[in-house]
Amino acid sequence: MSEHFDAIVVGAGPSGNAAAYTMAKAGLNVLQIDRGEYPGSKNVQGAILYADALERIIPDFREHAPLERHVVEQRMWLLDEKSHTGAHYRSDDFNEDKPNRYTILRAQFDKWFSRQVRAAGALLITETTVTNLVKDDAGRVIGVETDREGGPIYADVVVLGEGVNALVGQNAGLRPELKPQHVALAVKETHFLPEQTVRDRFNLAGEDDGVVIEVVGSVSSGMVGTGFLYTNKESISIGVGCLISDFAETCIPPYELLDNFKSHPSVAPLLKGSEMKEYVAHLIPEGGYNAIPRLTGDGWVIIGDAGQFVNAVHREGSNLAMTTGRLAGESIVQLKAERKPITEANLKLYRDKLADSFVMKDLKKYRRIPALLERNKQLFTAYPKAMSQALQMFLRVDGTDKRSKESAMMRSVKRARGSWLGVATDMFKLMRAWR
Amino acid sequence: MDAPETPTDGLNIVVCIKQVPDSAQIRVHPVTNTIMRQGVPTIINPYDLFALEEAMRLRDQYGGQVTVLCMGPPMAEDALRRALGLGADKAVLITDRRFAGSDTLATSFALATALTRLGADHPVDIVFTGKQTIDGDTAQVGPGIASRLELNQLTYVSAIDTLDQGKGEIVVRRRAEGGVQVLKSKLPCLITMLEGSNEIRRGSVADMLRAARAELTVWSAEEAGVEDVMMCGLRGSPTVVKRVFAPSARDEQAEMVTVEGKQPAQIGDAIIDLIFAAQPKLEADLSAALN
Ligand SMILES: Cc1cc2nc3c(=O)[nH]c(=O)nc-3n(C[C@H](O)[C@H](O)[C@H](O)COP(=O)(O)OP(=O)(O)OC[C@H]3O[C@@H](n4cnc5c(N)ncnc54)[C@H](O)[C@@H]3O)c2cc1C
Repeated sequence: MSEHFDAIVVGAGPSGNAAAYTMAKAGLNVLQIDRGEYPGSKNVQGAILYADALERIIPDFREHAPLERHVVEQRMWLLDEKSHTGAHYRSDDFNEDKPNRYTILRAQFDKWFSRQVRAAGALLITETTVTNLVKDDAGRVIGVETDREGGPIYADVVVLGEGVNALVGQNAGLRPELKPQHVALAVKETHFLPEQTVRDRFNLAGEDDGVVIEVVGSVSSGMVGTGFLYTNKESISIGVGCLISDFAETCIPPYELLDNFKSHPSVAPLLKGSEMKEYVAHLIPEGGYNAIPRLTGDGWVIIGDAGQFVNAVHREGSNLAMTTGRLAGESIVQLKAERKPITEANLKLYRDKLADSFVMKDLKKYRRIPALLERNKQLFTAYPKAMSQALQMFLRVDGTDKRSKESAMMRSVKRARGSWLGVATDMFKLMRAWR
Repeated sequence: MDAPETPTDGLNIVVCIKQVPDSAQIRVHPVTNTIMRQGVPTIINPYDLFALEEAMRLRDQYGGQVTVLCMGPPMAEDALRRALGLGADKAVLITDRRFAGSDTLATSFALATALTRLGADHPVDIVFTGKQTIDGDTAQVGPGIASRLELNQLTYVSAIDTLDQGKGEIVVRRRAEGGVQVLKSKLPCLITMLEGSNEIRRGSVADMLRAARAELTVWSAEEAGVEDVMMCGLRGSPTVVKRVFAPSARDEQAEMVTVEGKQPAQIGDAIIDLIFAAQPKLEADLSAALN
């Protein structure tokens, strides 16, 4: 006996959960399949949760979701071997009724989200891997094969929220293989620290206040990459990620990168005395706009990381995942209500909704950034160093007059890049890519 | 809630399972020294899976039905649903605030009571449990149920040789000190399965869908048939936990002893030499005592 559903959602990460929730809530008969032991068991994120995207799906989530801290301060650090140049922004405005950003632990958050999905009426089966898509003679996707006995399961549409690897879509020939320059590998550790220690170390007045630190510079050892350090309730998440293509070229082991980051003189005191709880590694799609695969077809649609929906510049991913999941869900609900088949042509609805949302607008805005960074690695090495040297010269009082110091500072910036023309070109390229 | 339907023919088998924290992922709070359960995934007690698989094999061979029974908090529903996904037919959760804090005596009382209710229409033929749980390690609950229900108990069973439904007899192999016992028992009986006796199957797509949809039978203490709640939970539990602590790490080191030849005496000598080398005082004391 084979079953038929309105929709099958592959994956119970933020994108799959958003899609399944939206469709089940609207009364569709939804089956969600995840290969993890429980939803979220293998999922990895920093993790910052952006409230807005979730609020549009579950407005009162703050009352019951497992949240760690709300972010009151953001630190941006340019890291050099022994120094960091930082810009810190803290505001009491972030202590609002409905804070905008939270730190979370994904394993717990995903479990909670999945409970909401099931409460909305979707069926979930775990420990089940979707191995392939089933197509009819016309090439239309009509269901999925799994690694369990009992044949295929059928549906009017298969929503692929399978994450960055996207093997199902790839095996079914819906999309090309991932390119190494379009994915970063991130490693992350969670370190236990008593709650009070976390608050003391980061000057956190409120019980749930939190700090996040985003880092560029020597943390990536000359590769395209960034580091991060986030405060949770009773732990600190710390990680670093770089492009796979760069790891392949430099042969630097990822854990070594993380070890260097942890022992950096600006970071080590924040972790002192902590106990490592968890070590994980995961991929992040960072190819941006130009790497987005074809997103829809007859009977299928792609959401979340599987569609390369990550804004690497702003470290946003889960919110794009939830938004694309919701928009795909809403589109399918609408097509069903209008009794229209879920075809490539009719799914223009989803593509239009996407184009109209911050997701596509942001990724389009930054479409030149991935290639720019990949070709201009000096941005990750030369400038943090020059900045550090210049500031040190500026701050040291050693009998040198200020005018000489200023010219020495300028020289150090020029030297960092070889010539003023080089500096000017970098600035121009950056501005153009940012616009 | 009504009891799940019982089979009209074939075996009526009940497997008692427990939801336990995945001990591989438990951490001790460095400050308070208590076990941090929050965020630790839960699993079906691994020993119970051998019981479940053996029960399902009997069902597949002789017909009938396998019901999984669990006492635990409401979230233990996850464990029961997983058991259904593995192929069990029915699931019963007995959950009640008054069960909280149960030791093995109170647990076996509650389970035995529920088993009596489950057998009201069609008597239970075999009760299975795992050998022990990984969080309590007592191995008392199975025998506790057997003695309360006056069932023959077959503990540490490694294989079931034959089952004769007509005669109501079962022959099993039981691991005992120094060998294997072959035991014959009348049904009904209680069996605790030994680890490694079989391998749990992977449920089919249909099993998984059925598990996801299943309405579990959920019983409070009264619904399970408990008349005297003083026998349940903390009040029914004479066991007192005096102190919980994390053993501090010891800095002993292990050493591998390699010996030429395989004579027990040679191996023994080599180990004793090594011990004496590390503990000269022990050697002196021992030889003084022997002389
Ligand atoms: C180190 C790190 C830090 C990050 N930090 C942040 C951050 O701070 N903020 C932020 O917003 N984003 C962050 N991201 C990005 C964010 O984690 C992702 O964008 C987000 O998880 C994508 O959600 P998703 O649902 O598309 O995919 P996933 O979360 O990867 O979920 C995919 C799911 O599909 C399942 N699956 C895959 N294949 C199959 C199959 N064949 N059959 C069945 N199931 C399958 C998986 O088990 C998984 O549960 C970070 C990522 C990393 C790696």
